Amino acid sequence: MSMHASTADAVALPSVIAAAGAGGPAPVRIVVSYGFWIFLLSDIIMFSAVFATYAVLNGQSAGGPSGRDLFELRNVGTETVCLLFSSYTCGLGSLFIERRRLSLFYAFFALTFALGATFLGLEVTEFAGMVARGAGPSRSAFLSSFFSLVGLHGTHVTVGLLWLSFTVAQVAAKGPRDFVLRRLHCFSLFWHALDIIWVAVMSLVYLMGVRA
Amino acid sequence: MTLGKLTWSAIPFDQPLPMVASSFIILGGLFALGLVTRKGWWPYLWREWLTSVDHKRIGIMYVLLALVLLLRGFVDAIMMRSQQAVAAGGALGYLPPEHYDQIFSAHGTIMIFFMAMPFMIGLMNFVVPLQLGIRDVAFPVLNAVSFWLTASGALLVNISLVIGNFARTGWLAYPPLSELQFSPDVGVDYYLWALQISGIGTLLAGINLVTTLLKMRAPGMSYMRMPVFCWTALASNVLIVAAFPILTATFGMLLLDRYVGMHFFTNDGGGNAMLYFNLIWAWGHPEVYILILPAFGVFSEVIATFSGKAIFGYRSMVMATMAICILSFMVWLHHFFTMGAGANVNAFFGIMTMIIAVPTGVKIFNWLFTLYRGRIRFEVPVLWAIGFMVTFVIGGLTGVLMAVPPADFVLHNSLFLVAHFHNVIIGGVLFGGMAGYHYWFPKAFGFTLDKRLGLVSFWCWLVGFYLAFMPLYALGLFGMTRRMHHYANPGWQPYLIVAEIGALVILGGIIATVAQLVVSIRTRQFRRDLTGDPWNGRTLEWSTASPPPHYNFAVLPTVDSLDAFWRMKQRGRLEFPGKFHPIHMPGNSPNGFVTAFFAVVTGFALIWHIWWMTIAGLACAIVTLLAFGWVERADHEISAEALAANERARLRRTDYA
Repeated sequence: MSMHASTADAVALPSVIAAAGAGGPAPVRIVVSYGFWIFLLSDIIMFSAVFATYAVLNGQSAGGPSGRDLFELRNVGTETVCLLFSSYTCGLGSLFIERRRLSLFYAFFALTFALGATFLGLEVTEFAGMVARGAGPSRSAFLSSFFSLVGLHGTHVTVGLLWLSFTVAQVAAKGPRDFVLRRLHCFSLFWHALDIIWVAVMSLVYLMGVRA
Repeated sequence: MTLGKLTWSAIPFDQPLPMVASSFIILGGLFALGLVTRKGWWPYLWREWLTSVDHKRIGIMYVLLALVLLLRGFVDAIMMRSQQAVAAGGALGYLPPEHYDQIFSAHGTIMIFFMAMPFMIGLMNFVVPLQLGIRDVAFPVLNAVSFWLTASGALLVNISLVIGNFARTGWLAYPPLSELQFSPDVGVDYYLWALQISGIGTLLAGINLVTTLLKMRAPGMSYMRMPVFCWTALASNVLIVAAFPILTATFGMLLLDRYVGMHFFTNDGGGNAMLYFNLIWAWGHPEVYILILPAFGVFSEVIATFSGKAIFGYRSMVMATMAICILSFMVWLHHFFTMGAGANVNAFFGIMTMIIAVPTGVKIFNWLFTLYRGRIRFEVPVLWAIGFMVTFVIGGLTGVLMAVPPADFVLHNSLFLVAHFHNVIIGGVLFGGMAGYHYWFPKAFGFTLDKRLGLVSFWCWLVGFYLAFMPLYALGLFGMTRRMHHYANPGWQPYLIVAEIGALVILGGIIATVAQLVVSIRTRQFRRDLTGDPWNGRTLEWSTASPPPHYNFAVLPTVDSLDAFWRMKQRGRLEFPGKFHPIHMPGNSPNGFVTAFFAVVTGFALIWHIWWMTIAGLACAIVTLLAFGWVERADHEISAEALAANERARLRRTDYA
């Protein structure tokens, strides 16, 4: 039996290795990006729990204002353009640093920062306006879930902006070294993931909220 | 300088029980610190443990944390058993109700989050890289951060014993009871912040191990050549990554309700408490599989090794593990059939619950067929495994019984349920932890544990378990609900006295475990494992020295089959490797310890509403992370000559040379 098994094994070996990526530990660059992907998946699951909560609670306005009374699509449209375009500039910046064209990298990352900050500014203005109208997060379950979902995304954008500054400073101080580039790559994955989440926020919260 | 809600009245000077208990803890801690200072062990501790990023050291610290908190959780358990043994008829027992409520909440919280979780994560941390034939996990520094965040959570729960109080809400803090309106003091906040902090640690540990398992295996180790323990670790950590973010989000919402007056789960403002039940169990049911799957892996390794056979039905074992991994997300509603979601919803979740018993049954049969006609050596780990198989089947059957919604309406929140989950968690997770502890102890420390005291410990736990929990099944059927401070029906008392005796027998098992450790350390000269392979093992962890060098393997093994080490031994391929190459290992880092320190400060400040301290703690934590993130971490190189010398010295000690 063991003879038979080992013969079969010897025949099967190369294809098994090729199929399952069993050529030994992967290089650091791959491991770091892969691990960060897993983190992003976990982050998206956290968002999905908050999305589910929003879906359950968005009708519970407790006599207060509903989405239709509060949301302004023009504002949301500008936010969306800013954030999606910032992903594009982030991608361009990443391509330029790979080609070691640092000045263009700085320019596009500065643009990414500016667009992200504009998005954040618009969001904070929207929140402040709602609170001023008496539609703050403690007004109703609907508003609790709205502020938490959109605010959680906004918190991520804030963290992203801090991270962006930190990484750019690292590039400036240390040059495009391997470990800096790995982090830059993780940052750009993070920034793109925030776009995906924003598209869901825009569709499920604002577009469906205005219609309802 | 304001201290928020914190005043001298937070320390329960008027209650003798917590004061005595906490004095013991504080005195014990001071004694330990004094001893370390006096003996001059601080540099050693700092260098070799507190700042270590070695997965083996971190794994050992996880298991140590679990064993210490097992003691704390058990003290809670025996206090509850004693209370219920005496509080019959008109008697009120010796514990005031508000203290009793904290005890059962702390018992559940500690046993699940700070005993069972670190026990399993510790075993996985220690064993998985060794079984995969690699030198460390994917992210060694992150691993240290994960451990220290878990320890921070455990510390915060224990601080609540002295300063303030713990939650009185049960181990899952259901709203609306856990809302500010009904729990205005700091108990629930201790619970929430301790679990948020340790939960982040667990999530990071999960990401780390998933990446390790998927991207860091030794050359030739395809998925279908991974040991079963690695498969169960993969399933368990995938579940951590998929489930813990839900817990973080849920607790985050409850915190927002409590701190800024939101209305997620409140009675007013449109909140919905049942939403919390759904969310918490969408984490909670996968959580029980996060705990039990690594235990299944331990039993697979132990049974194969001590039967002298390859595991029966390896492929079906892998399939069953992954099936459980997926199905575990489709059964959560069975925790609250009584919510009233309707017959069709209940029927769906009832049937899913019964289906998940099928892959578990597959595993039981695989273990039985592995034992069948094996040359079984009745060492301590295999006894825990056999004890598990008998006990877990009973627990599984009562679980399937409760999966029938009409039956569940009778048994919901009764002692029958309490008996059921203790039956699977003690009989499954804890027995698995103990089996793994005995099995891998010689690998970790280079000497075996005393067998006689190991047998005493096992039999005490087994007999004690049945005495303590079988009466609870009966009481549940008689209609006794869980968490009762006292009860009117004197007919229940004899059963609860038997349960108390069972708890005392388990205490004997715990004492035997401690004695075993002490005796084994004192007699370690006579129980050295020089071969690195004390059990005639089958997987790669046994191919290196005991304890392994910090780089695990001088040359990464090449794997060409399942049970790689067994195959190597059969072929006699244990010759001295011809050529060594220098290797790079990560250096120590205080990142984890320092970050966790600030996490404790921040958590404590948030619990007591000390806002300046919250901001300071958070700022320090962020600065720490940024400072560590700024510099490129220095590796240290181990030269080929040093490796060759180490290996030569090792082979001289073993029989293989």
